[in-house]
Amino acid sequence: MTTTTTSLRPVAARPPSFGSWFSDGWITTRRNLIKIKRVPDILVFTTLQPIMFVLLFSYVYAGSINIPGSSYTEFIMAGIFAQTVVFGSTYSGSAMAQDLKEGIIDRFRTLPMSPSAVLIGRTNGDLLINAISMVVMIGTGLIVGWRIKSSPLEAIAAIALLLLFAYAFSWVMAFIGMSVRSPEVINNVSFLVLFPLTFISNAFVPSNNRPTPLRIFAEYNPVSALVQAARELFGNVPPGTPVGDTWLQQNPIPTVLIGIVVLLVVFVPLSIWKFGRVSTR
Amino acid sequence: MSFIEARDLVKTYTPRGAPVVRALDGLSLSVPRGTVTALLGPNGAGKTTAVKVLTTLIAADSGTATIDGIDVATDGGDIRRMIGVSGQYAAVDENLTGFENLDMVGRLYHLGAKASRARAKELIELFDLTEAQNRPVKGFSGGMRRRIDLAGALVTDPQVLFLDEPTTGLDPRSRIGMWDIITRLVAGGTTVLLTTQYLEEADQLADDIAVIDHGKVIAQGTSDELKSSIGGQRIELTLVSEDDTSAAIEILRAVASSELEVSSDRRTIAVSVVHGPAALKAVLTGVEERNIRLHDAGMQRPSLDDVFLQLTGHAATIDDESKKAS
Repeated sequence: MTTTTTSLRPVAARPPSFGSWFSDGWITTRRNLIKIKRVPDILVFTTLQPIMFVLLFSYVYAGSINIPGSSYTEFIMAGIFAQTVVFGSTYSGSAMAQDLKEGIIDRFRTLPMSPSAVLIGRTNGDLLINAISMVVMIGTGLIVGWRIKSSPLEAIAAIALLLLFAYAFSWVMAFIGMSVRSPEVINNVSFLVLFPLTFISNAFVPSNNRPTPLRIFAEYNPVSALVQAARELFGNVPPGTPVGDTWLQQNPIPTVLIGIVVLLVVFVPLSIWKFGRVSTR
Repeated sequence: MSFIEARDLVKTYTPRGAPVVRALDGLSLSVPRGTVTALLGPNGAGKTTAVKVLTTLIAADSGTATIDGIDVATDGGDIRRMIGVSGQYAAVDENLTGFENLDMVGRLYHLGAKASRARAKELIELFDLTEAQNRPVKGFSGGMRRRIDLAGALVTDPQVLFLDEPTTGLDPRSRIGMWDIITRLVAGGTTVLLTTQYLEEADQLADDIAVIDHGKVIAQGTSDELKSSIGGQRIELTLVSEDDTSAAIEILRAVASSELEVSSDRRTIAVSVVHGPAALKAVLTGVEERNIRLHDAGMQRPSLDDVFLQLTGHAATIDDESKKAS
């Protein structure tokens, strides 16, 4: 120790102002960006996994799965996009559980910061990871022969819709992460919920050949709507491609937009409320 | 009214498949401004729960708590601007460097970028972390983590500092280092509420000790007050030969105010007495009359350990290892 007395200058904390949720949210976002930079596994996994999926599905299954009116590569890409970004949103769940376990949530909760900031930073982190995944997947898709057959504006809308849906889903996962409180459990739960959700959908094969219960599940599955919306916006639904005949499948873009709004309206306040009550142990 | 005032705090938990736990069972506590008060008690006594209620982390089921007259339950935002908290777990981000952690905390106190950086630098120097400031916390030793965590609690020079078991799990050298830092901090007049299961720590750091057990404060006072509250002194004889044990017991029993404690080799016998000097004189006279040979004879005031045992009927330090072993 070099100093003999503590001669700290008095510094006064200031109360959060109206714009604090934004500035505090940025500060916690920066924390997550630094984490992405310092823990290379996250970035390696987020880039390798989508590359693997694109290659697996387009080469392993392409020869055996016949999509009427379309090619399997054309059909599958929107499915892989949707699956990847939905899985990408689970980081918020495990990260909130981890932060809770390590006690840093207690630290944040004793600071006079905006109560939404930690969650905003966390979900923004997912958004960035998903954006990176999207770029990687689109690049890999183009290499294996997938083409965007719509206008650039529609393509951007497709990407925005995928990312927004995943962003809304991050808030759901953050809430679950704070409720479950164990990073290990949250990973298992996301597996158990998200695999059926993405596989019993129209993401990898059309749902019309399935047994009735599975077909009904697939047609009302929000992931199916997301996949169908992305397919339409990327211009990957050539005439003859099987499309479900429920309203949700016929109007996937409004369906997804409504879904995003509902998820955000419910889970943003719910997660912020939950954040104000959680503590380590 | 004291600076920190807690009245009849109750907090219950219902663990899954287990009976209700009354973590706080009517806890009342007063901490005057500018003093260091230790909440002393074993694991599970309710120390951490009390700190969590006072630092707005959890809401009590009933009872009230105020800091400087401000209600912790209703005006959490105002409370959070005047407190600094350092917990049992070093609550810092593993992936951020020491500097980044402190800088982030400063910004979240809304000090602004410039002031936050300056403050982080100042604290890094104060806590002797200069060499480690640009390394992620992940690689820090236990003592360094605690230091960076404590530094995080001091970013705004808080009016009240809560230290929840500041040295639990630290090696003796780091513990003394922490004590040194805390002692220097309180010299500046900060009000501190610390929790500890170490009697020595409470004795060293605190002006006032609140003994807590089963969610209640069962005694509060200075270390000296607590020691004299259980009354009298303790006399201990160490015999040369076991043959004299029964004679020595007889002599000690005549002056005893408590049960006799006899060591396993039956050569050390201790007892509490009311009037120490007079009792010691009587004992030594008896020893001389009966020609009992002694290695040692002594009188001491009770330790905090004795206080704790007397107040609660069980020893203070129950660590996790002995719990598992038992």
